[in-house]
Amino acid sequence: MPKDNIIASKMVGKKMPDFALPAAIEQRPGLSSGDLAGGNPTLLNVFASWCLPCIAEAPQLLELEKAGVEINAIASRDTSADVANFLNRWGNPYARIGSDTRSAVQLEIGSSGVPETFVIDGNGVIVHQHIGDIRKENVPELLKILEEAR
Amino acid sequence: MRILAAFLILFLPFTATAQTGLPPAPYAYRQLDDPAKEAEAKELMEELRCLKCQSQSIADSDAPMAGDMRSQVRERIAAGQTPEQIRDWLIDRYGNWVSYDPPVTTATWPLWAAPLFLLIMGLWLARAKFRRKKDEG
Repeated sequence: MPKDNIIASKMVGKKMPDFALPAAIEQRPGLSSGDLAGGNPTLLNVFASWCLPCIAEAPQLLELEKAGVEINAIASRDTSADVANFLNRWGNPYARIGSDTRSAVQLEIGSSGVPETFVIDGNGVIVHQHIGDIRKENVPELLKILEEAR
Repeated sequence: MRILAAFLILFLPFTATAQTGLPPAPYAYRQLDDPAKEAEAKELMEELRCLKCQSQSIADSDAPMAGDMRSQVRERIAAGQTPEQIRDWLIDRYGNWVSYDPPVTTATWPLWAAPLFLLIMGLWLARAKFRRKKDEG
C-alpha cells in the first residue's frame, strides 16, 4: 500500500459520537458533542501546534471565520502553552477548543491525522471530511458544502 | 562525518517539531497486569494497522497515535470488551482497511475461496496424471 494513501473516515453521514473535551487554552471553552448540534452547520478542525501543514492552513481558517463560519477545534496531543503560542502566532479562528491528549476523540470520528476538517450539520451529523490542509481553492468548496448543509 | 552533520542539521529540527510534546498514553508501552488479557490485547494489536505508518501494525509502530491505539486496546480489553468488539469499533470508523484480518465480504471472499479452488484444481490435475501413469504401467 502506498505511503500517501488517504484513509477516509467511515463516520461521514453519521452522527457525531458523544464526547466532552476540556478546554485547551484559558481563553476559549472546551468542546463537547452537544456544541456541534446547535442548529447551524459548523466546521470542526483537528489541529496541533506541532503540525506544520496546520500553519499553512491558518490563513484559510481565518478567512472562513471572517465569512461567518463557526469553527470549533480539537487540539491533538498538545499542551496548553504550545496551543496558546501557536494561536498567538498564526491567529485564533476558533469558538471552542477541546484538548484531545490521547487521540481519543480523533479515533471516535475516524480521523487519522492532522490537519483534518469536518463539516457538521445543525443536527450534529458529519456531512464531509477534508483531509490535509485547507488550501485557498478549498475555501469556496467548504463554504458551498456548509451552505448545502443548512 | 560532514555528511552526517548535514543530515542531522537538516532532519533533527524537523522531526523534533513534527512530534507531539505530550507523554504517551498510559497503556501505550505498559502491559496489562493479567497475562491472559495482555496476550489477548497483543494478538489484536498485531492485527491492527497503524494509521500513520500504514505498512506497520500498531504493535510495531512508535508513532504517538499508534501508542494511543494500543492504550485503547489494552484499556478496553481490561474493561471486559472482546477483541472482536474492539476490531468492529475501529472498522466502523476506518473501514476494513484498519484490520489485517479482513472479514469475509463480497469484495474479500476470493481471498478464502482462491486457495481452496487452487487446491482442488491441483488434486484434479495430479489425479489425471497418476491415472495416466497407471494405464501406461
